[in-house]
Amino acid sequence: MAHRRPRQGDRLDGFTLGARLHEGGMSAIFEATHPDHPFPLLVKLPFIDLGDRAEIVSFEMEQMILPRLTGPHVPGFIAAAGFEAPQPYLAMERIPGPSLLIRLRELPLPVEEVAAIGAKVALALAALHRQRVSHLDVKPANILFRPTPDGLRGDAVLVDFGLSHHGHLPDLIEEEFHIPYGTAPYMAPEQAMGQRDEPRSDLFALGVLLYQFVTGVLPFGEPLMLSGVRKRLWRDPVPPRRLRPDCPPWMQETILRCLEVEPARRHPTAAQLAFDLRNPDSVRLTPRATKLRRDSWLRVLERRVNLDRSPRRARTAATAHAAPIIAVAVDLREQTAPLAEALRASVSNVLRTLPGARVACLNVLLTGTLTGDAPLDEEGRSARVQRQAELRHWAAPLGLEEGRITFHVLEGSNAADALLDYAVANGVDHVVMGARANSMLRTMLGSVSGEVAAKAPCSVTVVRAREQAA
Amino acid sequence: MIAFLSDIHANREALSACLDHADRAGATRYVFLGDYVGYGADPAWCLRTVMARIADGAVAILGNHDEAVFRRGTALHGRAGEAMAWTREQLSPDAADFLKTLPLEYAEEDRLYVHADASAPEDWHYVFSAEEARRSLEATPARLTICGHVHVPRLFGLTATDKCTAFTPAPDSPVPLAPARRWLAVMGAVGQPRDGDPSACYALLDPGTSELRWMRVPYDVETAAAKIRRAGLPASLATRLFTGS
Repeated sequence: MAHRRPRQGDRLDGFTLGARLHEGGMSAIFEATHPDHPFPLLVKLPFIDLGDRAEIVSFEMEQMILPRLTGPHVPGFIAAAGFEAPQPYLAMERIPGPSLLIRLRELPLPVEEVAAIGAKVALALAALHRQRVSHLDVKPANILFRPTPDGLRGDAVLVDFGLSHHGHLPDLIEEEFHIPYGTAPYMAPEQAMGQRDEPRSDLFALGVLLYQFVTGVLPFGEPLMLSGVRKRLWRDPVPPRRLRPDCPPWMQETILRCLEVEPARRHPTAAQLAFDLRNPDSVRLTPRATKLRRDSWLRVLERRVNLDRSPRRARTAATAHAAPIIAVAVDLREQTAPLAEALRASVSNVLRTLPGARVACLNVLLTGTLTGDAPLDEEGRSARVQRQAELRHWAAPLGLEEGRITFHVLEGSNAADALLDYAVANGVDHVVMGARANSMLRTMLGSVSGEVAAKAPCSVTVVRAREQAA
Repeated sequence: MIAFLSDIHANREALSACLDHADRAGATRYVFLGDYVGYGADPAWCLRTVMARIADGAVAILGNHDEAVFRRGTALHGRAGEAMAWTREQLSPDAADFLKTLPLEYAEEDRLYVHADASAPEDWHYVFSAEEARRSLEATPARLTICGHVHVPRLFGLTATDKCTAFTPAPDSPVPLAPARRWLAVMGAVGQPRDGDPSACYALLDPGTSELRWMRVPYDVETAAAKIRRAGLPASLATRLFTGS
């Protein structure tokens, strides 16, 4: 069938096509404008005359999934037409600026920058996974950043949901093709075995990206055949520190944990990975952190021989519900012993039921203002150290091993704002805090817990010690 | 918004809960997919309710239990047969006459409503698997077939390459039915769910967006079960309502 290819200036359902941004074998992407949407748009157009099944099904998947996604970590959906229309299309918000692809020529990047990029991408994945979607094609080309007014890199935005899996929608790709789809260098081993409902496949792909950005090389090369992709089921990568001796042990630990063959041995959630990337001191180091050689040929052979070759399906993954990040705000100034204990009891109840949970103990060091703590001079720094010690003292009865609990002294002029900023930036799932006991202070300053409860992006538990009978 | 209710099975409590829910959700059209009676203790009330909705423009088609009311040769076995003998005694001749008027299938726009497999509606074949769904889909030109009979919500899709996909819908989660594909949507049961979830199941279709949502509605199971026991119907018909089995 002869079909005229769309070109700049064409009109489509009220959209005017602008410059062509990309043309692949099966589809084209154009800038676009629409009188009802006064911001930059992008229109994706599959070539219907070249009806490749994979392209059509992946277009259908993206058309189903994108309208259901919300938040800053995905491009906003605008409009779509399916294959029943003369020209199918998908219109969405255009995220200006290049993808991470452009950074490939600068590799390797400083470790701090890789950690910052990785944390942003992991937070974007956490937001996606909370919406029941696994991306399944995480790679530099599919990661962009929202521009911020100060020109710094803002939130990570994930694009191209053509290979994604939505837990509440039919998976057309799984049904249509019995071969795995994805991008070979970044594909998780379980994905190479046909499993499509594992959100931690995205953590593996991000681990490949972190490895690549730290060392400048891909951990599993660029296999052309599926058999080459499956090699990663038994052959572990060269440890990053061997290629880049200044890669700190915590970063190697984090990367190699992402690259574990069994999803259950990776970080339980993307939010926990983001947390580690933002808090290097909190990463619990294992022998993975410092190894300089790959596993012995005997172990590799053993893994290869014992490999479970059956297709992997429907293994349940940990969600944020099972492995939450819990932030406990401990107010060392006003807390009475009964409240400190009630707070501990509340946290330890959560920990008992959820072994995957981790705890961040927070305290806010107020700067300036009315009730301000000491300024951050020599004395201020010792105040921080003192508060850290007090937080550890409070937490000691919880008996948590390193890696499950971290301690943070935040700074700010307003306790509620500092706690809220922390909760947002670290993908916190649950805030636990005490109610301010002193009623005169509360009247004067307002309730911190009330404000946090009202504005937090997650659950907030406000703990109050049972009043003693007079 | 069109509400689809199947396999009511004389469960008054479940039917009223679903109708209330659908009314509140903005349903403007009602389609009843058969099996109004059998198993449950309120066949007369359920039929009256469906008849009243038909008077208001609803569509109703025939199910195998409904047919068994007036066609004595129809074989219903075990508990279903026992319950049918009881049901016949409860229903007036008018009710049986009403059931005789119901069609086996009903087509509107590009949709087909049928109780069981559309390739032979009068044979009441179950649609459990993708192969059974394909048989039904290939027998008619309808883009969207909606049926019941198996008491388990499912969605089957036929692709351009002739693959038949199977999907278990999540409650209250809209599934877009791409117009370029052909679909067979199996309703859960209003009055006797069998997918492990005891709440009543019905579905809402938005014909504008072509999105279908399977809803789960909690209802007063205790009362429905107590009535079954009081009527002297097999006790297992009461207990299964608590587990949705």
